Amino acid sequence: MDATILSFLLLDGLQNGVVYGLLALSLVLVFAVTRVILVPIGELLMFAPLSLVWLLEGKLPGTLWLALALGGAWALMARGRGALLPLVGGVGLFLLFLLAKGVPPLAYLAAVLLVVYLGVATYRVFFQPMRGATVLSLLIMAVGLHVAYQGLGLVFFGPEQFRPAPLLSGEVVVGLSWQGVLVLLFAALSLMVLYLFFRFSLFGKALLAAAENRLGARLLGIRPEEAGMVAFGIASLLAAFSGLLLAPLINAAYFMGFMLGLKGFVAAILGGLASYPVAFLGALLVGFFESFTSFYASAYKEALVFLLLVPALFYQSLRARTVEE
Amino acid sequence: MKRWLVALLVLGLSALAQEALKVGVVVSATGPAASLGIPERNTFLMLQEMLDRTGGVAGRKVQFVILDDASDTTQAVRNTRRLVEEGVVAIIGTTTTPASLGMIPVVAEAKVPMISLAASKDIIHPVDAQRHWVFKTPQTEELMARAIVADMVARGVKTVAYIGFNDAYGEGWARFFEAEAKAKGLQVVASERYARTDTSVTGQVLRILARRPDAVLIGASGTPAVLPQRTLKERGYAGLIYQTHGVANPDFLRVGGKDVEGTLLPAGPILVAEQLPGTFPSKRVALDYIQRYEAKYGIGSYSTFGAHAWDAWLILKPALERALKRADPAKDLAAFRAALRDEIEATRNLVATHGVFTFSREDHLGLRFEDAAVMVRVENGRWKLERIFR
Repeated sequence: MDATILSFLLLDGLQNGVVYGLLALSLVLVFAVTRVILVPIGELLMFAPLSLVWLLEGKLPGTLWLALALGGAWALMARGRGALLPLVGGVGLFLLFLLAKGVPPLAYLAAVLLVVYLGVATYRVFFQPMRGATVLSLLIMAVGLHVAYQGLGLVFFGPEQFRPAPLLSGEVVVGLSWQGVLVLLFAALSLMVLYLFFRFSLFGKALLAAAENRLGARLLGIRPEEAGMVAFGIASLLAAFSGLLLAPLINAAYFMGFMLGLKGFVAAILGGLASYPVAFLGALLVGFFESFTSFYASAYKEALVFLLLVPALFYQSLRARTVEE
Repeated sequence: MKRWLVALLVLGLSALAQEALKVGVVVSATGPAASLGIPERNTFLMLQEMLDRTGGVAGRKVQFVILDDASDTTQAVRNTRRLVEEGVVAIIGTTTTPASLGMIPVVAEAKVPMISLAASKDIIHPVDAQRHWVFKTPQTEELMARAIVADMVARGVKTVAYIGFNDAYGEGWARFFEAEAKAKGLQVVASERYARTDTSVTGQVLRILARRPDAVLIGASGTPAVLPQRTLKERGYAGLIYQTHGVANPDFLRVGGKDVEGTLLPAGPILVAEQLPGTFPSKRVALDYIQRYEAKYGIGSYSTFGAHAWDAWLILKPALERALKRADPAKDLAAFRAALRDEIEATRNLVATHGVFTFSREDHLGLRFEDAAVMVRVENGRWKLERIFR
């Protein structure tokens, strides 16, 4: 272990860590507002680059039909004026996809909007009807959706990996590519925007209020359904951007999302599923820990990373007040 | 009187129209191993068409009963039981090693011969009471590891590092490659693992680089095999990079691009059939298969994996013809299955697409190293024949 290796490992850990961090933030946000542990966030992350690859090859990805089908279900469930948003959004998305075939800048936009639409529709169709359910029921639904989306991913995109071209090629310094810098910049920007959003905008404060106390928020005229849709929207947006920026570095495939999501979840648990800064720091810790274990004991890396959960859960259980479900 | 004649005629005709021979096939047409299973399934569909045209084997119709196991062991075992109940004379399949291993007890109990399409040596070695019924067509990791090490020795490599999947595939390769390398006097300086789903292998690659090996072998299959190679390239590794025959598919070249230029890998000779010298035994058979497959499924669509399925049929067909002389499946199915197993084992010098098969009581793989493996190099995004061992 010399300085060069150390610096490489730190850079590698940082780059992986910030992605886990963004996923951890998404998971904490969604959990706080809706009490859903969003297991399929990894699939949403992978759908963005895979859909992009399909679009750049001039094909319409299967994810588009999935999103439109869920949008249709959403419109049927909403009825009346509420059906306007999914219908207009769905038509707009479809037209955008027709325009974006083989047109790079539009294709990026289309891939992001697709995942956001899919994420919000997922909440509206599957989770909102079970609003009053226990955390466990919501988790079972989330796991079911993860399995379903992963299976559909295989149907839509086949078993192999894909690699979209990086937005920026080359290396800044040895060990850090320009694409990696983009990932870091995006993470920093997201953190800033989220902070400002929750701190200064009325809507952000309302979201926090809904997360803090659902009943109280409703008494003050904040609709939990809307809060849930926004939370899923933000989570999907972060996942989609992370996926698009990461794919050139890691290759995208239908089966790769789950592990990313799971490590984001480990980080979120380190933050007690409650604190954004602690979750993000936890994610960096997971990233560094993974990087160093892959150097020292690569055969045991996955096991060691998930072992991190044990002390975190132990600590949480010690300081937890019993909550009446 | 007239009625009599009609009755006689009907009787005579029905005796001529014999039952079709049913051959069971299990492949992974969906799931993670689909990229291997689909060309295997396609090969049997193509065979079915050919047999229907030419009238089958020894004047009998042949019917392939093809089932998908979705790359899942439990499903493969269920399919096997179903095929046994359907009265198949033999079972070909399945695509993956774990599922093939799961099928062995079932076929042994039912006393049905089976020809696996999966890689591991454990499927056919050692030939015990259960494996008595089991044969296979693909080369083992052991055979391919021999090819890699022979190539390394020829290039003057002294120290090697290994990085492979943390699953059955990667562990199997680690075991056979490291044993073979040590036996040939190479020094294994690092043995790392990574997961198929991993997004970074920086740590493992740095550890390998710190040991300065002359060559690195990546024990992985399909597109996830690209990541370690790209990381090695990015970190400026200048030595030789070897892959296994698990990457012999066009997707690996597509995702790898210029990062996998110059990769060395062992492969079944069919991968570079048109580049083989005219004296290479399997060349004609391989080209024949490629031509038939591409005529049906499109130019460039053939893969080495579909050819393993073709080889299984090349072995089974003459064995069926010989077994039909000894027993009648319609009268005594169990006796016919046993006779068929004996006749498969009696296969000698059968030229197929991946090599020449000669089975014996101890050897249910039957491939000779010299005929079944060649070294290939990736050059300008294509497979180029690099070395033959004959």
